Formats: sequence, structure tokens, C-alpha cells
Amino acid sequence: MGTSIRGGWVVDPANGIDEQLDIHVEDGVIVGLGPSPANFEVEREYHVDGNVVCPGLIELRASLREPGQEHKATIASESRAAVRGGITTLCCTPDTDPVVDTPAVVELIHQRAGAVACARVEVQGALTQGLEGSRLSQMGALRDAGCIGVSNAYRVMENTEVVRRAMEYAATFGLTILLFPEDPWLAQDHAAHEGAVGTRLGLPGLAETAETITLARDLLLVEASGVRAHICGLSTARGVEMVAQARARGLPVTADVALPNLFLTEMDVTDFNSACKVRPPLRTQRDREALRQGVHEGTIATLCSAHQPHEPDAKQAPFTEAAPGISGLETLLVLTLRLVDEGLLTLQQAISRVTYEPARVFGLEAGTLSPGRPADICVFDPERHWMLTRERLWSEGRNTPFIGWEFKGEVTHTFVGGRLVYHLEDA
Amino acid sequence: MNLQLTEDGRLRHFLTIEGLDRPLLTRILDTAESFVGVGERAVKKVPLLRGKTIANLFFEPSTRTRSTFELAAKRLSADLLNLSVSASATRKGESLMDTLRNLEAMQCEMFVVRHEASGAAHYIASHVAPHVSVINAGDGRHAHPTQAMLDMFTIRRHKERFEHLKVAIVGDLMHSRVARSQIHALSILGVPEIRVVAPRTLIPPFIENMGVHVYTRLNRGLKDVDVVIMLRLQHERMDSGLLPSEHEYFRYYGLTEERLAVADDNVIVMHPGPMNRGVEIDSDVADGPHSVILQQVTYGIAIRMAVMSMCLGNPPAVEGGEG
Repeated sequence: MGTSIRGGWVVDPANGIDEQLDIHVEDGVIVGLGPSPANFEVEREYHVDGNVVCPGLIELRASLREPGQEHKATIASESRAAVRGGITTLCCTPDTDPVVDTPAVVELIHQRAGAVACARVEVQGALTQGLEGSRLSQMGALRDAGCIGVSNAYRVMENTEVVRRAMEYAATFGLTILLFPEDPWLAQDHAAHEGAVGTRLGLPGLAETAETITLARDLLLVEASGVRAHICGLSTARGVEMVAQARARGLPVTADVALPNLFLTEMDVTDFNSACKVRPPLRTQRDREALRQGVHEGTIATLCSAHQPHEPDAKQAPFTEAAPGISGLETLLVLTLRLVDEGLLTLQQAISRVTYEPARVFGLEAGTLSPGRPADICVFDPERHWMLTRERLWSEGRNTPFIGWEFKGEVTHTFVGGRLVYHLEDA
Repeated sequence: MNLQLTEDGRLRHFLTIEGLDRPLLTRILDTAESFVGVGERAVKKVPLLRGKTIANLFFEPSTRTRSTFELAAKRLSADLLNLSVSASATRKGESLMDTLRNLEAMQCEMFVVRHEASGAAHYIASHVAPHVSVINAGDGRHAHPTQAMLDMFTIRRHKERFEHLKVAIVGDLMHSRVARSQIHALSILGVPEIRVVAPRTLIPPFIENMGVHVYTRLNRGLKDVDVVIMLRLQHERMDSGLLPSEHEYFRYYGLTEERLAVADDNVIVMHPGPMNRGVEIDSDVADGPHSVILQQVTYGIAIRMAVMSMCLGNPPAVEGGEG
């Protein structure tokens, strides 16, 4: 007994599909596009004329806060927020408490996610034990427990020898390594970009070199080790240039940018707005344009929200003392669509950067609508306008600088494994 | 940053000099002028803020700034509450917001706040009840507006006008909230040439965007200046790798009589205190004929009286006042 999603405009970048088609799903798997396959019995039909049907979105880097920081958010709360934003797979970062450095924590997260039965949750394992940057984690065991890659989250490893060995060991097990380029010494008690605004406000500044020095080190070690690497959260023009050069030399490197860095700049912290405190920091107009150019050209093939939900108290403090991070699951799709409206990307390219490309980073099955693949599908009304308000957010983290922004495009249906997990009531 | 102004353009909070205009700064100076005499009288009190309660809220230790705020409040006949909240104590439990709510419950009309975090005063001002005014007594590296205004007051008393002056600010600009506020005040009041002088490690990047000229050599920076403002050098700067030693700092950036000779003959020397004699300034200069350092302290009380009475909506009538 199957499900058919009829009349939508299907955008499936992996297969180059951009046309009005029906999609047929059986046993949680896509069985055909276009006319229904032979012997297909329709049990349920969804008519979505005028809406876009695309692969469910994949959030590359979500801090889900569970276990250990449930006062900020839970797997349940964030999974629901995810499907509301059209996200069907959350790749969670290992900075939980305890950190994801044993198979037991991986199992725990999978269990919790399974019990919620909303978005899929994939787990990034810790690269080093306790994320402390000195001893390698049990990457083999983590992979066998289902980890899709390894990362040291926002904790940068100081010891170059450990970084090198971690890359070699990850390569041994065929794991993608995620790297966050920030020099721990140059980033000490940083608060904002080191620039004109930071100087005027007296905010301890994070120089461009805090990103580029670590990036240079990591790219050289990636070249030497041959590990498949993904650079998280580029923020500088120079950083984009370095990744472009590395890719041109054939290094197995991909990179992402957190969407807020494509829309905001250092000017947005002018009134000490702690909602705009992020790692890496919002930088200059010039950096923002270079990041956009990198997205346009494909140097930055993946977009993410770098989701970091916080409880209100974490941001209720003077700027330098407020916790960094933005809650972004519910703006991943609409900020991406805004890049289409602004002419930076075609709709195909934009969808690809939040579906197919992030799936490729980890070698996930998701991210396409090919027959045989899991029926993780997002349907959205591309013309619907709405405004983001605090009350509207489903994430436990209300920490977003986009409150009050008008967006175009709203998710109407989200399917995970063929099951409808979100439906906009009045659509 | 209109947070600190009421709809009709009066001071509600005093958080930063940035964004204020020349008439308002002039009015602060004129109001302070009317208070200078108060300290010299037998009964050093005026009843302008009788019945008002002011809380000195210091998250960072300070003796002098705090005492001058205390004296200013008392001379205005306000009731004063002195609270030292060590930052470590707030980290342990009570949040900054809880501290503020408690003080509001005690019916304070004004908080004088010093805090180690840049932006702390803005944060507090944007969260207090509508009847409460906030005066920034120093937030991190960001601003120390009453210090800057008392420096402007001192300059005006000696130089009368700002429009022809060359002013050099010498020392640790990187960490100085005083310097940032001074730069804003000097440029709003029309000083045509503001110089900053320090080794590269103590000059924040892009500071020239604030309208200053950067010098790394003291003799060039001091040439022909009318006002020299020395900044305090904290001992910690040696530990964080910004400078090799106090000795070397004094050798290249310490202000001596000899070095001061390249400045204008009538140069005045200022320092926000407390001074490190033999580190940033030689005793011969600190106690010499060009020094106005002790006057700064006296004027500090008058400036704080002016700002307090203006924020609480009851300044004295000032001749020719505007803004």
C-alpha cells in the first residue's frame, strides 16, 4: 500500500529533475516518479499543486544538547523544530555531556531519536577522547556504532601531532573528518571580529588569522594524510580563497558556511546585540561578499545553520559574557531560498547545497529523490510569506537574530521514511 | 545609540559619548561649571536630588571613581547605596539580572555601574525599569564617559576652546575605555587633530576609523601638541606578551620633561589615574608645572554632579544652556 504526492514541482538536483511530477512511495522508500509503477496501490494521496517538492533537508551541524544540556534543548524538541523547517536529517555534533566518544552515547542518541520518530538523527563522533585534543577516540568502534564522521566540535586541537595522527587514523576507517578552523591562542577571550566595529565597542577581537592559520595547518595535514575532510564554518575571504586553492589542487576537501554569516556582518553587533554573537564571528562586508561568491562558485558547496540552541539566560548577559551561537533549524530553508531571490543561486543549486551536497560529505543515502532511496521529502509553498517571531519557534532555543524578518517560502509537508511527520494545518 | 536619550533629546542614561552632539556635551560642561563652586563652600551641598536613591554598583574594584561618584551624590543630597559585587560572586549564582531586580525593588532611581565586560552598561540600561537611569562608570574596554567629560572640562578650563587644539593620547589604547571615550568627546567638541601614540601591540586595529592619527614614536607624536593625555599601563600587559618590560616601556614611551619639550610651551599633561610613576610618567612631569592631574580629580566631582542631575531630570539652571 503506497503513498503518492501529486502535482508538485519536483526539484531533485542529484538527478537534474526540475519539473511537475508525481512521487510514489512504498514501505518508506521512493518507488517511482511520474506515472505510478506497475502494481502500485495507492492508499494515501497528497495533492500539492503549486508547491515545490524536494529531498528533505540535511542540517550538517546541529548541537542537539542531549545528553547533558537538556536545559538548552532536547533531541525531541529539536527534531520537531527540524521537520517544521523541512529538515529530515540532523547531523548532531559530539559536544554533548558526556561527549560522543563511546558507542554507548551513540546508541543513547539513536534511541532517543528513535523514540521521538521525527527527523533522522545521525551522529558525529568525537575525534579525541573527551574532545580534549590529546588522545584519539575509538574511531573504529564509533563507526561501527553508526557514527557518520568524526569531529572535535568547537574545541580546536592545539597539538599538531595529535591532529596529524587523528587524520591518519580517521582515514584508516574511511571516516570524514570535520575541522573547525580557529587558533585557540588567537581566539582567547575573543568576542567579535577584530575590526573597526570591535575596536569602537571595545570588544576583544578575533583576527582573520585565527581562522587562516589553523586552516593552513589543517589543509597541509589533509594533503599529507589523504583523509576526506570537511571545513566547518568559513568566515573570511582569505579562508574561502585557501579552500578554493586546496580543491583546485585536488584535495578531498569540502566546506560549509553558516547561513547567518551570509546575511549579517560586524555592523550587526553595533548595539551589543548578543543574538549576533557567533563562532566564528560576523566579519566585514568584504568577507560576506567573498563567502557569497564562494557559495556561488561552489567552493562552499554546503550551507548549514550551525544550529546552537540556548536557554534565555545564556544570552541574557553583556555581549562578551553571552554564549555564542544561533538557533537556526527553522531558518535553514528560508535563508537558503533568499539566496535564490537575491540571484546568487538557482533553485536547483540552492536545494542541492542543503540536501545532496551535505549527504555527500558523509556518504549518506539521503539527499535525493532517486527510486530506491528513503522517502525523506520536503514540500514547501515557495510564494507564502511569513514573519519570524519568538512565539513561532518550535526549537527550545529562541536565540536568533532573525526575529522580525519577513521570509518567503514555507514548509507545508515533511515526510521521513514516507511517513508524514509535519503538516502545515492551513496549507 | 538613542538608548541614552529621551524622546525630547535629554539625557536618560549616560552610557557612552558616541552618538551625543556638541550642544549636549557643552551643556554637561556648563552644568559642571556651576557645581565647581559647591565644593569650595562651607556647606558643600545643594538639594537638587533630595529624596532620590542612587546605587553605586561596582563589579570591578575602584577607589577613586567610586569615591567621586559618592561625593557627587552626597553633594546633590541624594541617598547613596554602595554595593561591591565581585564578578566571581555573580558567576557563582545570582545573575546580573537578579542583582538589578533586587536593587529596583529597593526603589533606586539610578545605578552607577562599573563592570569588566564591554557593553555591560548598555545591557543593564536596556533591562532596567523605565524610572531608572544608568550611568556607566566604566565597562570593559568600551567606555568611561564621565572620565572623558571631566578631561574635557579640564581642557576647556585651561584652553577655553577646542577648535584649534592638537591632543595626543599616549599609552595602552588597546585596553583603554577612557581613551575610546576621550576620542569621541574630543572629536565631537571639534578638536581638529587627535593623535594616539603607542607601540603597535597596544594600538587596536582600525582605530584610525575613529578619526585619529596613529604614531608609534613618542617624539613625533608629542610635537607641538597642546594637550597630552597619558594612559595607565597595567602590569598584566607584560604577562600577556604585549610588552617586554616596564623598564623598556618607560625608555621609549615614558613621559619625561625632556620628551615633553617638543610639545607646545603651554602644554598641559593629564592622566586618568592611578599613575605608575616611572612606568608611563616621570615624577618630574607628574608633579611639574604642566601637570593638571590633581585638578582632574576635583573636576570629576562636578562633572558627575552634572551628569547625575541631568539624568534625573533636575539640573540647575545654566546660563545660555542648550541641548
